[in-house]
Amino acid sequence: MSAATAWTIPEVRAALDARKISARELVKEFYARIDQRNPELNAYLALSPERAYAQADKIDAAIASGDALPPLAGVPLAVKDVISIRGIPTTCGSRILEGYKPPYDATVVTRLEHSGAIVLGKTNCDEFAMGSSNENSAYGPVRNPVATGRVPGGSSGGSGAAVAAGLAVVALGTDTGGSIRQPGSFCGIPAMMPSYGRVSRYGLIAFASSLDRIGPFARTVRDAATVMSTLAGRDPLDSTSSATPVPDYAAALGRSLTGLRIGIPDDYFAEGLDPEVRRKVEAGIGLLEKLGCRRVSIRMPNTDYAVAAYYIIATAEASSNLARYDGVRYGARVPGGTLIEMYQKTRGRKFGAEVKRRIVLGTYVLSAGYYDAYYLKGQKVRSLIARDFREAFEKVDAIITPTSPVPPFKLGERTSNPLEMYLADIYTVTGSLAGVPGISVPCGKTSEGLPVGLQIYGPAFGEQRVLQLAHAFEHAGGAEL
Amino acid sequence: MKISREDVLKVAALANLELTDAEVETYRGQLDDILTYIEKLNEIDTSNIEPMTQVVAASTDDSTLRDDVVVRSDVITEVLRGAPDPAPLYFRVPRVIEK
Repeated sequence: MSAATAWTIPEVRAALDARKISARELVKEFYARIDQRNPELNAYLALSPERAYAQADKIDAAIASGDALPPLAGVPLAVKDVISIRGIPTTCGSRILEGYKPPYDATVVTRLEHSGAIVLGKTNCDEFAMGSSNENSAYGPVRNPVATGRVPGGSSGGSGAAVAAGLAVVALGTDTGGSIRQPGSFCGIPAMMPSYGRVSRYGLIAFASSLDRIGPFARTVRDAATVMSTLAGRDPLDSTSSATPVPDYAAALGRSLTGLRIGIPDDYFAEGLDPEVRRKVEAGIGLLEKLGCRRVSIRMPNTDYAVAAYYIIATAEASSNLARYDGVRYGARVPGGTLIEMYQKTRGRKFGAEVKRRIVLGTYVLSAGYYDAYYLKGQKVRSLIARDFREAFEKVDAIITPTSPVPPFKLGERTSNPLEMYLADIYTVTGSLAGVPGISVPCGKTSEGLPVGLQIYGPAFGEQRVLQLAHAFEHAGGAEL
Repeated sequence: MKISREDVLKVAALANLELTDAEVETYRGQLDDILTYIEKLNEIDTSNIEPMTQVVAASTDDSTLRDDVVVRSDVITEVLRGAPDPAPLYFRVPRVIEK
């Protein structure tokens, strides 16, 4: 990795301040590296050089005139292709949105650019963010830069790979059932899902509206905290965004962990957990204890039902959200004799296999005669899972779990059995259902050199505590366990 | 067997989704596995549990609805440019009303 493309946010800022490099030169270096690495990794689907250089020139002009720079000035950023950027192709990894260019910017993009970040382009993902391996993209899978024969995780695989490979300093992903945290774990970098309602979703193309969240991938926890401070906050354009005040996330970093109670749910260390992942996460918990945390054994008895509840709720909401892709207003159309035939052909031929599977499942669980047995039941079980978290947070300050039960697997290894793929989401869907924040931080590597992730959950709007723990863990050598 | 070929076809029609015969068969089998797995939810008694329809924001002072004020967005041309078959100021679709 050439020096500049390996920088963190403070390193970018220091280099710009010292005039060691201009923002324009920095962008050029990143595009050169993307040209070199992207043909293999397939992390980016579209680049936005015009917009990037225009923003870089603005930063350079501010530097030249001695203006105070905003917190993300000159920081190269990648944006998952489910987030709208005006005039830049936005496909959601789907053929059905081929050629679509949004007429407006998502609030997160506006906020980050206002803070000085430079959007380099749009990153690959599972189609409509449905998947755990990035193999469901209509534009081909992303390769994991740590081990290119393996998946980067999903659905935000392109964002994880871009940051891990030095093709961006930070990236935005989205998380509905683990789609930020699991690729963060697989690519060996910190990746955070904020609380539900913490970050505006205006301009995010919806998958499951009661679950979807936007959050950062970064090289360090501090960088993730810096990005979070820009992302978080009330947006009048998103009625689900919260007015809860936004603390300075970086301010809590470095505080002592002494006396913090970390909950270890026995229910998460059960059947299906890879033995090497278990050993690393156990060592990670040991490291947190050394840093002064007190380990508390807790029960989260409804964990075993989370995947079933999640796949009912997420697919039901998806079947409704994806009804808008009908070949009329945007994207692709396949002609048909009647309006209905046109809908059916467009949707049947332009959606990929996983999206169609989920639309069929979601429509089924919502259909007459099955609504109570599946959808309503799923929502009731969701209440119980949220209660597990509420009760746990009466006893502990944070909950520690593995991020994924398995290390990154080989491309093509798991595509034949969708249920098996769904079951591996067990540790991440729980927090998605409950609405709480969670981060994945690197926690050593397997004997084959594959990254393991440790997940830290906090109570709703407890991002500060989650980041404080993750930062201390990282600084104590968590990645080298 | 929880789900039949006819069930899949019925649901696909509800969702306006054209499926090939091979897809119908593949999805039938896979959905059968998934629905059988989901059955495990019946192990839990939820008779006194309220359904959770959304995550309630932690803050109670949210004014979740903004004022209803008309704002010009002026995006009609741009929006229509993205449509597969635009006609000036409209989206064109196959005929739905008989002469």
